[in-house]
Amino acid sequence: MAAEGHKLAIFRGLLKFKSNQQKIWGVLIFLSIVTTIEVALGIMKPQILMTSFLRMKLLNWIFIILTIVKAYYIAWDFMHIRDERSGLKNAIVLPLVILIPYLAFILILEGDYIFDVMESGFVAWNF
Amino acid sequence: MEVTTNASVDEAQVWGGGNKPLNASYGKMMMWFFIVSDALTFTGFLVSYGFSRFKNINSWPIADEVFTHFPFLHGIDAPMYYVALMTFILIFSSVTMVLAVDAGHHMNKAKVTFYMLLTIIGGAIFVGSQAWEWKNFIKGEYGALETRGGQILQFVNAETGKRAAIQEFAQGIASERATHQSYNGIWYEDEKAMPNVSLAEVKKGFLADPNLVIRTQQLTQEGHKTVLSREASLAKIDEAVEVVEGANLIHNEYGNRLFADFFFFITGFHGFHVFSGVVINIIIFFNVILGTYERRGHYEMVEKVGLYWHFVDLVWVFVFTFFYLV
Repeated sequence: MAAEGHKLAIFRGLLKFKSNQQKIWGVLIFLSIVTTIEVALGIMKPQILMTSFLRMKLLNWIFIILTIVKAYYIAWDFMHIRDERSGLKNAIVLPLVILIPYLAFILILEGDYIFDVMESGFVAWNF
Repeated sequence: MEVTTNASVDEAQVWGGGNKPLNASYGKMMMWFFIVSDALTFTGFLVSYGFSRFKNINSWPIADEVFTHFPFLHGIDAPMYYVALMTFILIFSSVTMVLAVDAGHHMNKAKVTFYMLLTIIGGAIFVGSQAWEWKNFIKGEYGALETRGGQILQFVNAETGKRAAIQEFAQGIASERATHQSYNGIWYEDEKAMPNVSLAEVKKGFLADPNLVIRTQQLTQEGHKTVLSREASLAKIDEAVEVVEGANLIHNEYGNRLFADFFFFITGFHGFHVFSGVVINIIIFFNVILGTYERRGHYEMVEKVGLYWHFVDLVWVFVFTFFYLV
């Protein structure tokens, strides 16, 4: 990556920075805000978010989405993926984006199934 | 390599790695490939944590009740504040790392040195915090009993609704207790460190105080732990076979045994990454001071360790979510 070749806009061009250093501080502020929201939600646990959606609490979905948002900005701006060629970008991101949700999906589905078996099954485990 | 105008040499250069189709040096690409594979390792850990959690979805420990400590605030219930602080420290040290990389692009040795130093300090504080977190986790707070099936029974004061520590309500029984060592019995059997109170003492204390009730691992519909009535507690306590204080890989007082196992493995593996990141950063830091990269003409090495360092931060973001928030 060339020293000058930084893309200085985040949020799809909504926010443009004058220099790379400014962008770094801007991303730090954004990440801090997201983390603060996460912690505040985690401490307050608002009742309205406790409803279940797709077998998981709405609050937990919010946490996971905010985490992925943070991960995106760490990778794109701190690890400079934004400035890499699309070939390298895809070689890094695609395997992870495909494999991780796949693995999470099959194993959590299996865990849920085993929970049902233990809950209504024939094996006594709570003795 | 010298530049020649000969077309056939150019051809050889192209196939010998002379051009960079991805516009990245081999070292940086290898760092990226390492990060991708390491990300999949962490995925394996975290997904298996998710598996065990969904498998025990109605009896998993509640993180807010496990991690309640904050330095210098003894006895104050402060869930999550400390890990939140740790997260900020790590994000901040990530920022100083990017600033170091940026200064490296401008060949500003003094600034690279300064920001690398800040990064190392941030990393060291984080590792220290994690050690403190482990210490509290291993030491435990209230203690619990374990049944034959490995279920944890915790104690609650029915009047105040607060947790009761077994060390406080247990009543001493005048009996000689000694750790069984391998040299004074069957040689292949010995006992680990004994808990501070025996099962009989906890039972005696429990029977003496009518306010105490048992809290089981099971979660209610609202996501709280089930608190039994006094009658049910009296029946339940007879199922206990062992006193558990704190946590190790076999027992833990917080609930499901797997919880402590995953905590140790995932935060331990991550802490090991942070530790090795700090070591690598220190090596690069001294190289910067010695002027190695100044002579080399570029600070790409700083960028490579920076990638690793941000990756460690990235993983922590996920560990934080799945261990402490969700």
